[in-house]
Amino acid sequence: MRVGENLNTALAALLAREPNLYVLGEDVVDPYGGAFKITRGLSTSFPDRVLSTPISENAITGVAAGLALSGDLAIVEIMFGDFAALAFDQLLNFASKSVSMYGSRLPMRMVVRCPVGGGRGYGPTHSQALQKHFVGIPGLALYEMSPFHDNLAVFEEMFARAQPCVFFEDKVLYTRRMGAVEPPFSLTVSGGVARVFLDGSPDCVVIAPGGTAHRAMAAMRSLLVEEEIGCTLVVPSRLYPFDELDALEADVRTARHVFVVEESTAGGTWGAEVAHLLHQRHWGRLARPVTLIHSADGVVPTAAHLERAALVNETTIHSVIRETLRG
Amino acid sequence: MTRPATIETAELGLDEADLSLMLTIRAFELKLLDLYGKGLLNGTTHTCLGQEYIPVAMEALLDPRDRVFSNHRGHGHYLARFRDPAGLLAEIMGREGAVCNGVGGSQHIHRDGFLSTGVQGESLPVGVGVALHLKRTDPGRLACVYIGDGTFGEGAVYEAFNIASLWRLPLLVVVENNGIAQSTPTSRHLAGSIAGRAAAFGIRHRLIETSDVAEIRRTLEPLVSRVRSHATPLVVEFVTRRLGPHSKGDDTRSAEAVRDLREQDWYERCAAADPDRFHLLDAQARAHVDAIAAEVMARPPSRWETR
Repeated sequence: MRVGENLNTALAALLAREPNLYVLGEDVVDPYGGAFKITRGLSTSFPDRVLSTPISENAITGVAAGLALSGDLAIVEIMFGDFAALAFDQLLNFASKSVSMYGSRLPMRMVVRCPVGGGRGYGPTHSQALQKHFVGIPGLALYEMSPFHDNLAVFEEMFARAQPCVFFEDKVLYTRRMGAVEPPFSLTVSGGVARVFLDGSPDCVVIAPGGTAHRAMAAMRSLLVEEEIGCTLVVPSRLYPFDELDALEADVRTARHVFVVEESTAGGTWGAEVAHLLHQRHWGRLARPVTLIHSADGVVPTAAHLERAALVNETTIHSVIRETLRG
Repeated sequence: MTRPATIETAELGLDEADLSLMLTIRAFELKLLDLYGKGLLNGTTHTCLGQEYIPVAMEALLDPRDRVFSNHRGHGHYLARFRDPAGLLAEIMGREGAVCNGVGGSQHIHRDGFLSTGVQGESLPVGVGVALHLKRTDPGRLACVYIGDGTFGEGAVYEAFNIASLWRLPLLVVVENNGIAQSTPTSRHLAGSIAGRAAAFGIRHRLIETSDVAEIRRTLEPLVSRVRSHATPLVVEFVTRRLGPHSKGDDTRSAEAVRDLREQDWYERCAAADPDRFHLLDAQARAHVDAIAAEVMARPPSRWETR
């Protein structure tokens, strides 16, 4: 099954199961079914609760917060995650704050879905990886779609938190297969963490969220074949709060080299947050500080050759890991 | 306390309970400014001096199950709904018994279908979401959102108006147009008119220029009923006056301009209409608020335990 299809199936299952769940977004109803077709079929089955909205990201997110405040569940699709900038006030100052600013815990069950990332030539305002802009907001949890995490389970977890969540979906994943790992690599998924590994002790640990996992895996294969470098890949479902240090413990202790990959541009990254947490726990035993691998410091260009040069890809990951470990 | 019998007078258009409530809100706001002046309060506040009659008039038109959204200038809205000056003052002062344990303070209050937020325009889309919920689960109830003239600078207002009208939602928008946004007069921040902006979205608009509570209720009752029965939005615009500073000591208007506003104040009008009764009720309200303030100040600090 493709990742996009898995997500669509999850949304349908949730709408069927939860009679007070709404799905809101621009152009989400049939026959269009959303810009990336993730909501296709949903409005036909649930016409009263799958609603196409005006082009009003602020209001859509506020409406979702109003529904959540009333005890309903709400999922918002932001057509391109870049436009979540227009919903930032509702997320930062209302939805996430409401969980605690009224002095006692106020459940807010809402998820804002943000298709993110480049690689499709949409240009600087339709290709960003926006995760880093939402890191560190009290009451707001961040998740990222991955080929290794069933979307229904992830949405169940997000709603169970009873706090607003942003769900980042790397657009290039929609058409990729769920859970594909080829020998000699093996896969385990435990809790919110997927682990892709080789037999024996790894030379390094690569932490890469969903959208970058396949690029990391391609680099891991070439590093193994060309350099005999063995990597363990860790794919967390939840980016923030990041508390998967226990799941990383054994691999980090063994490998002593850690890389964090993300598609974000340089500066103030999610990876810097993860590195800080790892440094606090493992400073004395790491061979060197955690290495951050991300896209260039600049806008995401439109032309294919320029975009390729700007975005983190398997070649970037391969060369950074090789140079770091081999010098 | 012995209370005089309720008297209906044509001059006041007010029964005693309404007048007492307006005077209690007035006394509460004056007490806050007094406490700030003495350095006894933390942070800031925005008083509704001059606007007290609006939530008092509206409250009789609202059902306890309606949802009410207030704003930064929200003490009157809260007091009209819950008649709880002690809980609100405790919230503002961070004392035990605070409505929100002292976390929210003056402009972030949540209690039983009432919610205030401090960012302009933010509550309108939220109110639209609540109205969507009510239309489906509790027909006949509405979401009432208080905003000011300054709020009309925010794009969220128009996004919310558009959706409320398109989806036919029971949203009652109460605009307290006090002619000034912090320090900027309406003539300098609002092109066209609020009526015109409502009309642009096909939303009915009603202008209220009186501060006579009974007349306000008579005028609005059928319109608010229609919001419920037809699940349709309504904008009610009150032309009102802000007698005090935006927050505390930041009034840049001339003394003369503020004096002119005071002459139009409901307080002066009601006092002139029935001086004896008015001054008795006013003294009672002030004494009541004084006693509450003394009692609340003596309480221990609030505790924030369930985060």
